[in-house]
Amino acid sequence: MSDATGLTSAEPNVIVRVWQRTSKIDPRYLIAFLITLVLVTAQLRYHMLGSYDRLVVALGVCLLTETAFSLFDRGKVVNLLSAYISGISLTLLLKPQGGSLLPFVLGGFLAISSKYVLRYRDNHLWNPTNFAVAALLLLAPNHISVLSHQFGNDLTTNVVIWIFGLIIAARVGVLHITLTYVASFLVLNALRAAALGQPVLAEIAPITGPMYQLFVFFMITDPRTIVRGRRRQIMVAILIAVMETLIRLASDKGWQLPTGFNAAPAFFALALVGPVAKWIDLRRAAYK
Amino acid sequence: MAIPFVAAILLAMRLDHGAARAPSDAAHPGFTLRDETSAAGIRFVHHRPSFDPKIAAIEPHVAALGASVSVTDFDGDGRPDLYFTNSRFGAPNALYHNRGDGTFEDVATSAGLADLNRPGEGVSMGAVWGDFDNDGREDLLVYRYGYMGLYKNVDGRHFVDVTAQAGLHRWMNSNGAIWLDYDRDGLLDLYVTAYFRSDIDLWHLTTTKIMHNSFEYATNGGKNILFHNLGGGKFEDVTDKMGVGSTRWTLAAAAADFNGDGWPDIYLANDYGPEELYLNQGGRRFVLTTAGLESESKSGMSATIGDAFNRGRLDAFVTNISARGYLFQNNNLRLNQMSEAGRFRNVAEGAVADAGWAWGAQFGDFNNDGANELFVANGFISADSSKSYWYAMSKIAGANARFFEDASTWPAFGNSSLSGYERSRVYLNRGVAGWIDVAASVGVNDLYDGRGVAVADLWNHGAQDVIVADQNQPALLYRDYPDSSNHWIGLSLVGTRSNRSAIGAEVVLETGGLTQRRIVDGGSGFASQNDRRIHFGLGNREWVDRIVIHWPSGTQQVLQHPAIDRITTVTEPER
Repeated sequence: MSDATGLTSAEPNVIVRVWQRTSKIDPRYLIAFLITLVLVTAQLRYHMLGSYDRLVVALGVCLLTETAFSLFDRGKVVNLLSAYISGISLTLLLKPQGGSLLPFVLGGFLAISSKYVLRYRDNHLWNPTNFAVAALLLLAPNHISVLSHQFGNDLTTNVVIWIFGLIIAARVGVLHITLTYVASFLVLNALRAAALGQPVLAEIAPITGPMYQLFVFFMITDPRTIVRGRRRQIMVAILIAVMETLIRLASDKGWQLPTGFNAAPAFFALALVGPVAKWIDLRRAAYK
Repeated sequence: MAIPFVAAILLAMRLDHGAARAPSDAAHPGFTLRDETSAAGIRFVHHRPSFDPKIAAIEPHVAALGASVSVTDFDGDGRPDLYFTNSRFGAPNALYHNRGDGTFEDVATSAGLADLNRPGEGVSMGAVWGDFDNDGREDLLVYRYGYMGLYKNVDGRHFVDVTAQAGLHRWMNSNGAIWLDYDRDGLLDLYVTAYFRSDIDLWHLTTTKIMHNSFEYATNGGKNILFHNLGGGKFEDVTDKMGVGSTRWTLAAAAADFNGDGWPDIYLANDYGPEELYLNQGGRRFVLTTAGLESESKSGMSATIGDAFNRGRLDAFVTNISARGYLFQNNNLRLNQMSEAGRFRNVAEGAVADAGWAWGAQFGDFNNDGANELFVANGFISADSSKSYWYAMSKIAGANARFFEDASTWPAFGNSSLSGYERSRVYLNRGVAGWIDVAASVGVNDLYDGRGVAVADLWNHGAQDVIVADQNQPALLYRDYPDSSNHWIGLSLVGTRSNRSAIGAEVVLETGGLTQRRIVDGGSGFASQNDRRIHFGLGNREWVDRIVIHWPSGTQQVLQHPAIDRITTVTEPER
């Protein structure tokens, strides 16, 4: 297109316009969209919920707890998007013994209430879903397992979720965290496999699974629990990968760790490293 | 806010550490199951196979099947006998003849049924009995990782290999087979399930890309085959014509008329995938239907058929995997609602949903109270109890299929256990109050890796004895001692217009508000076949109003007030 002076004005194309428009959207809506996409895809393609009652219970408990605690704490109901994301995440991640709904009740309550109880300088330290899953795996492994093999081990579903996830991570401004963690995971676990004389493919395989998709797009990138500053965020992502490698090494060596550490080492790496990093970050900010 | 938070933490802790109070029924289940293996003279020990060294790293996993048990009266003396399969080259299968004095004698060698595990031919994975030629003697089909074999019973003591003449000389990597008369022509047909692809020779591998292409929706297993019995001792492959060639890594199959249209349907328990139900369209074709089975894909191990809640319907129980912290797939107890809703409804919850890594299972009224209990065998691989393969398994189980379809990319198994040393479960049926595990109180404490489970009245004593084939371990025989105040009735059916074994006949008992349905077994559970005689517990009822027999031919026979506390032989009326 030309103007009257004959000079060409650069009209952005559709993709760029959409990209620019999404910058005005609250990042939580983008994350909520992605987790909903994962849920809908998993259910329509793989019937992974089993029954809808667990979705209703997990979501209901998260929303109710957020409503009640925020009313009690702040005198008003806060935006419930965070509770929505936690509810969907728990529905996807928790696999209960005998079809019990109690883990979804407990998980939903622990996730949201942890935000109000486990605080430092008015900030919560754990990603709510990460805290709930790690706590349940530690306290009740006879009754709860985590998402291990779901989504059909299917490349197409993997690719779709990774593409949407990477786009949204970029839009939210946390892509560097995701990429740093993934790169660290690949390098560290390839090294671990070489050191132990184990097949490399088996050691890097977990990153292609759905549990790790939820981990890299919804847990380690949680805007409320990451540290401030790009360089520090990258450093923390590397530290989480290092901690996970250490947990896996201990499992390789046959150390008697709680079952949850073997079943979901990434979750426990984040649960151990994340709050300490956040605490140091908040403390530094306070001194400044 | 901290108080409810701490309370939730404590409640979560209590889930695992709280003192579970056993229901009072657990102490008085009304029966005991005593291990009388040794007293009965059963000394069978299963040996697992060895395969091509190319898959040595995961051989314990690939070689973890093959222990089976099937029941029949091969010599027609009125007492059920037992057949166990072995799975190592040179290791003999066993045919235990019931001597009638409480003991058994292995006569497999003289019968010609011992030396069936030979290089070039394969190793046994299981066997099913059925009178395919209607000569009044039970014949045997042995399915293998290798060539299947059909052995004709010539005189009640000796068997001859008629595989080639029958047209059944085919290489399959099979873990299951059932006899059924799908077209109701009075001749037993044969459905053989396949696990690994049938072009794979596990001793001479040309590729290590032999594993499943999904842990959830695998479709690259061997193709199941339906053989139509043409008569004259010949069979014909009608798989494609009938539409039953699933390639979903089937581990078990069972046949029954689930939708009440008079034609036997086929129910499949598939590993790495959803269960499947093939509905029989008048004997002309089968149609795969979802029937509510697609709702949660699992690892089906056993297709067990029985009337779970005395509704006069045949329900399905399918075992799956549960491992603390790693995986809760949960067993399925599917109520048959095919007639009214066209689907099954999964009602498994609590104890019956989680038995561990569960394999063979069978319904049986062990206390003769008129309601079926459930016996479930558990445990996958018991090796070094201090090492678990679950952590290694978790690395690949969620990954993209490319990471595990090739056996060479799996972490090495070593001497690890994988859900090993798990005890069997015995679930007491309390109706709407649910099922409770009473294994310990009835005397079932073994920690073997159970596979095939069969129930039979071995001593004609009005009880449901349990036989368990354990992988790479000794077989077990549990003698059932039900509450002596309860009554029972047994029926031995002989087909005339139907197949002589009466396989597929469904029997409905009605008395004093009690309705129960049973089916003559042509193979069910995992790698097993029950006593083909029908057993009903009656509780304290001292008579039976009537029994209706639905013969496979379509004939209905009504027995009014049959005698109880005995086994009665019933012959199908000619018209």
